[in-house]
Amino acid sequence: MSSYVAPLKDMLFVINELAGLDDISKLPGCEEVNAELVEAVLGEAAKFAQEVLEPLNRVGDKEGSKLANHVVTSPAGFKAAYQQFREAGWNGLGGMTEYGGQGLPHLVSNPVQEMWNSSNMAFCLCPMLTSGVLEAMRHHGSPEQLQRYVPKLTSGEWSGTMNLTEPQAGSDLAAVRTKAVPEGDHYKISGTKIFITWGEHDMADNIVHLVLARLPDAPEGVKGISLFIVPKFLPNADGSPGERNDVKCVSIEHKLGIHASPTCVMQYGDAGGAVGYLVGEANRGLEYMFTMMNHARLGVGLEGVAVAERAYQHALEYAKTRVQGREVGQRSGDRVTIIHHPDVRRMLMHMKSQIEAMRALAYLSAATLDKAKHHPDAAEKRRHQAVIDLLIPVVKAWCTEQCVEIASTGVQIHGGMGFVEETGAAQYLRDARITTIYEGTTGIQANDLVGRKVGYEKGVTAMAVIAQMRETAAASTGDLSAIGQALSRAIDALQEATQWIVDTFQKNPNAVYAVAVPYLKLFGTVGGGWMMARAAQIAQCKRAEPGADVGFYDTKVTTARFYCEHILPQAAGFRQTVVAGADSVLALSEAQF
Amino acid sequence: MKVLVTAKRVIDPYVKVRVKSDGTGVETANVKMTINPFCEIAVEQAVRMKEAGIVTEIVVVSIGPLQCQETIRTAMAMGADRGILVETAEEVQPLAVAKVLKAIVEKEQPRLVIMGKQAIDDDSNQCGQMLAALLGWPQATHISNVTVNGDSAEITREIDGGLEKLTVKVPAVVTADLRLNEPRYVTLPNIMKAKKKPLENIKPDALGVDVKPRLKTLKVEEPAKRSAGVKVADVQELVAKLKNEARVI
Repeated sequence: MSSYVAPLKDMLFVINELAGLDDISKLPGCEEVNAELVEAVLGEAAKFAQEVLEPLNRVGDKEGSKLANHVVTSPAGFKAAYQQFREAGWNGLGGMTEYGGQGLPHLVSNPVQEMWNSSNMAFCLCPMLTSGVLEAMRHHGSPEQLQRYVPKLTSGEWSGTMNLTEPQAGSDLAAVRTKAVPEGDHYKISGTKIFITWGEHDMADNIVHLVLARLPDAPEGVKGISLFIVPKFLPNADGSPGERNDVKCVSIEHKLGIHASPTCVMQYGDAGGAVGYLVGEANRGLEYMFTMMNHARLGVGLEGVAVAERAYQHALEYAKTRVQGREVGQRSGDRVTIIHHPDVRRMLMHMKSQIEAMRALAYLSAATLDKAKHHPDAAEKRRHQAVIDLLIPVVKAWCTEQCVEIASTGVQIHGGMGFVEETGAAQYLRDARITTIYEGTTGIQANDLVGRKVGYEKGVTAMAVIAQMRETAAASTGDLSAIGQALSRAIDALQEATQWIVDTFQKNPNAVYAVAVPYLKLFGTVGGGWMMARAAQIAQCKRAEPGADVGFYDTKVTTARFYCEHILPQAAGFRQTVVAGADSVLALSEAQF
Repeated sequence: MKVLVTAKRVIDPYVKVRVKSDGTGVETANVKMTINPFCEIAVEQAVRMKEAGIVTEIVVVSIGPLQCQETIRTAMAMGADRGILVETAEEVQPLAVAKVLKAIVEKEQPRLVIMGKQAIDDDSNQCGQMLAALLGWPQATHISNVTVNGDSAEITREIDGGLEKLTVKVPAVVTADLRLNEPRYVTLPNIMKAKKKPLENIKPDALGVDVKPRLKTLKVEEPAKRSAGVKVADVQELVAKLKNEARVI
């Protein structure tokens, strides 16, 4: 059984060199951030992830959270670990400084989040949901609401949840039916919410639910949904948790993975209505939810990177210890560990190279999000905002789709033992499986990409990013020219497919949506290649410096080469599907299925 | 009461140590480094004593290259108040360390020096003893408990036969063993605060100490690989082998 070791060196390489920490340090509000601080923060977070969170990962999977009499009990050790997590201040990593947070940029907080997710994704979901609530509050909460809820949510004394989904309202939130009736300074909320992650549990003193509901006079559809704060315990004047609100967990789901994270059915208003407080203006709830979407979707993309990394480490250790067969071509002599077999190597390289590409694209997005948030120049800010809006669906869907494949390859490397739960490889595959679904399925992400992000703006931002990719390809010369050529061909494919989307979107949107996922995968694959080519260039320069870690940089170059030879050629296939594959998707009548 | 603690920068204990190809030492370039675990225990002890109201100020010292600043920052994130880096590119051997520390003690006038019992890289286990001798102070090494009462400290040491209890006069030098405490996880707010704590950088020359090595390393090599064991047929054969081949009985 392997233990998680945070890949600090890889992470710091991406943070410092690829995503450009120096640029982030120059942003207003980020002046304190430098390489030394980042290393210290990541180093301590790695310790915590490895020593506190990781040992609970199996326990959480086997035991799961349990519900009895509307009370959810987390798996053994989780409550104490959460207490430690909170006391160590990790909950406030990216939080607002005026309320006790550290205000660190995404480029620092996201890599830390990767470690939490690698070591224990189910645990990590609790603080992740809290940070989602905080993000919503930051933008839309009243000063009084900020004062009342944000300090406790930042410290982690209280946790947060997002209540969007209802049985009839999943991807289509326009169908939300939960009611909110005004009563004095508050509202009475009643209805049923499902799929509420960490909706009820024993780790925090109070739980702050953000709930989408309709006012009695609200218009139909998306323009009639409002956002409410519904605390489990109504805060007293002194801020302590007071009276129990009329909200309870009536059931938790039996799931394929993330067993430790209770997925709750929440019942509001069985005893007359839960007290809720309106956030911002009435009927703008869904719009508010969209403001934190980038933040949340990037978080899930990182889960993809994280679980893939963990699955890789697990498979790598097995490959280095499992003895089976002799080396190819040897009829006698010692039997060898399976890492000596070419196909096992191929699988490991497949995992490793894609994880590195995914991490780089995710951290680049984190840095872009920081620039979109903090850049002093308005035009630059807008430019970064457009880029991040484009990249978010790619990072969310591509990193998670690849993660499922990578975790599956992890099982494959274990052979029959991978199918047996005992080895632990299967948990990563089961845990990974939710990541392509929640926070907008892969299909939803792809629709967002081809619609709002490429189609409506006629590919302007996409073509600008493609131009940046071309610069990297052009700069890959000398020893890296093969990488540059492979990247160039893949960029051609992406550009042609993008042009097809732009040309077709107006006249035949159905065709575009029919090939949206292959287009998204194409974007992810080429974006990953772009990052790998840049990594190779940087490694090439760095290895020439005196005292350089030549082995590390050579590994980067070789991994980039593998990506170009084994992953990037898929771009041509995706392109073909995009430009010529829509018809057959739509051709059958419903009866013909 | 002011306390001086030491923090040596060593190869991370979870890293596989490699001997340099020229046999002059072990590879430290591009290797993950960390605070010596026994020094970490020493820092933790000082911080606990400060939290208990016994200690008023914790000064942490590290000797070595500029990167030792990171080690000092770690100690400051744990709770040390300020740091002193004695910067040198030389290989600093135990006697030189003791001399540098003596100079710092004379400058800082702490009532107690808490050190790790040894560093996990060279396992010398000499600096604390040498420092006490140079200062003419009492020493208590390998301690698993310490309580300071006014001018003396009650000490528990772990020895082969069990636990040894001692009383030493302060000022004194004590060195921490594994079971003295379990170091805390550094908190994020304290990492941020540590950045702003004062860190002084001085050179051995300024302290009037010559840190040039006096011992010469002839060669460093990996221990010989263990050869495979053998299966014995019965107890007689085992006893015979232990007697005649291993010569242990």
